[in-house]
Amino acid sequence: MTDDRTQITEVDSLEPTTELLIIGGGPAGLMAALSASEYGVDITLIDENDRLGGQLIKQTHMFFGSHQEKAGIRGIDIGSQLSAEVKKRGIRVLLNSTVIGYYEGNQIAILQTDRLEKIKTEALVVATGAAENIVSFPNNDLPGVYGAGAVQTLMNVYGVRPGKRVLMVGSGNIGLIVSYQLLQAGVSVVAVIEALPKIGGYLVHASKIARTGVPILVSHTIKEAIGKEEVEGAVIVKIDKNWRLIAGTEKKLKIDTICLAVGLSPLTEILWQAGCEMYYIPELGGHVAWHNEDMETSVQGIYVAGDVSGIEEASTAMLEGQLAGLAAAESIKNLSLDKEKAQVRERLSLLRAGPFGEKPRIGKQKLQISADKISQD
Amino acid sequence: MIEKSGVPTVKDLQKIVPYIKRKRKGAVAIIECFQEIPCNPCETTCPKEAIKVGEDINALPQFDAEKCTGCGICIANCPGLAVFVINLDYSKEEALVMLPYEFLPLPKVGEIVKGLDRSGKSCCPAKVVRVLNTKAQDRTPIISLAVPKGMEMKVRFFRRRKVCEKQYSV
Repeated sequence: MTDDRTQITEVDSLEPTTELLIIGGGPAGLMAALSASEYGVDITLIDENDRLGGQLIKQTHMFFGSHQEKAGIRGIDIGSQLSAEVKKRGIRVLLNSTVIGYYEGNQIAILQTDRLEKIKTEALVVATGAAENIVSFPNNDLPGVYGAGAVQTLMNVYGVRPGKRVLMVGSGNIGLIVSYQLLQAGVSVVAVIEALPKIGGYLVHASKIARTGVPILVSHTIKEAIGKEEVEGAVIVKIDKNWRLIAGTEKKLKIDTICLAVGLSPLTEILWQAGCEMYYIPELGGHVAWHNEDMETSVQGIYVAGDVSGIEEASTAMLEGQLAGLAAAESIKNLSLDKEKAQVRERLSLLRAGPFGEKPRIGKQKLQISADKISQD
Repeated sequence: MIEKSGVPTVKDLQKIVPYIKRKRKGAVAIIECFQEIPCNPCETTCPKEAIKVGEDINALPQFDAEKCTGCGICIANCPGLAVFVINLDYSKEEALVMLPYEFLPLPKVGEIVKGLDRSGKSCCPAKVVRVLNTKAQDRTPIISLAVPKGMEMKVRFFRRRKVCEKQYSV
């Protein structure tokens, strides 16, 4: 495997004001920056990590979608391409910088390694992504219980194997893809378990690991982790359609690692602080900010894009980022970009047209309905 | 059921056995894509226009076996690694299975490996006859296995006989 990751490691100097501040350098934030930069917007892109790309830097699989969404290209290479383009265009990038507060008048507080800085912006794109969910079971605090994101970071960013024998909890795309990556790293995946009665992610990803001999067990959950100092095993158990454990179906697995891939929740702190109208929409993964079809929230000039606006995946995150970037540029530069925005919306709805788009489709609809209800009351 | 195990059933596979009635001889693609997902690189990379997804990129690929020459370009271009190529006319006793294989170390030509079925069960010995790893494949090598005739719709993966832990360590 070649290693041609383009990394942006040097940090640009911070200016006290900017036209568009973008929080998060993942697929949504990168695309927001690139699309707004087409119109001469002064942009500052902030990320808390030491390189751009967000989760893309760990995605070794080829992306789905169509040619326009970079289908067939590996996520890690998409991250490199977009990051290189951001650098080429001279977009101001602040790395190792964490946004820690929003103050009136679009003043943003930023924590850099040893300094606290503030920046005033005309518009804001929040593309902070999501955090991993956890499941509760006895001993889930033992060393050896990981989130799937941590496992991916260890393996794909630092080249460290998390263990030798892994139980994967969750069969969504993340659970299936990380299982495959573990196998590629020479780690054995003892089983993938799924609480629902069917596999959550793409069946092609499931088939990829099934043919290597990894069993995928639906209607199964983890009952407990076993071990004193670290994970030495796990007990899994069948569950019925009412989510009750079926006694007598327990199976003890000898493993040293439990990997949790049980969903994501939007990282919305900054949106709450800014006073955006927030709604709890289970289909979108939790609380999300109401937003219009330009991705603008109830607070004028604050846009959302990617997982923070509802859990989905990287291809739609890129398109939402593009849309938010266009809308922000339109308002900052007083332009009319209706045609460009319509094109992006069209591609978004094409991506969401199938069965896997149903959840976000319903979620985004519910978000509008909830907001309409409140405004009528 | 494939939704429960990731392993396609006989019924799933019946939908994709175009080679039985095919007039053209030789290699042909087998597209094991059973679920509507937003994806169309198979269509856009096929040089013979044998695969059609169409306007709705969530649609399942429609495959024209008569147009397919078995070139195998779609194998490494399918993000789901769901395309294989089989050739029933490979030799008198053997058929050929071409499959995507993203694991290191790669097998060597001439090596005898265990052919695995779609659930990872060992089903027959197989001989590695070609290892293709060009730049265009972008790190998805294609391994050609010679398998006993009749196993070409069973073998979808393989295990090397002597894979020792040492080979993986840095």
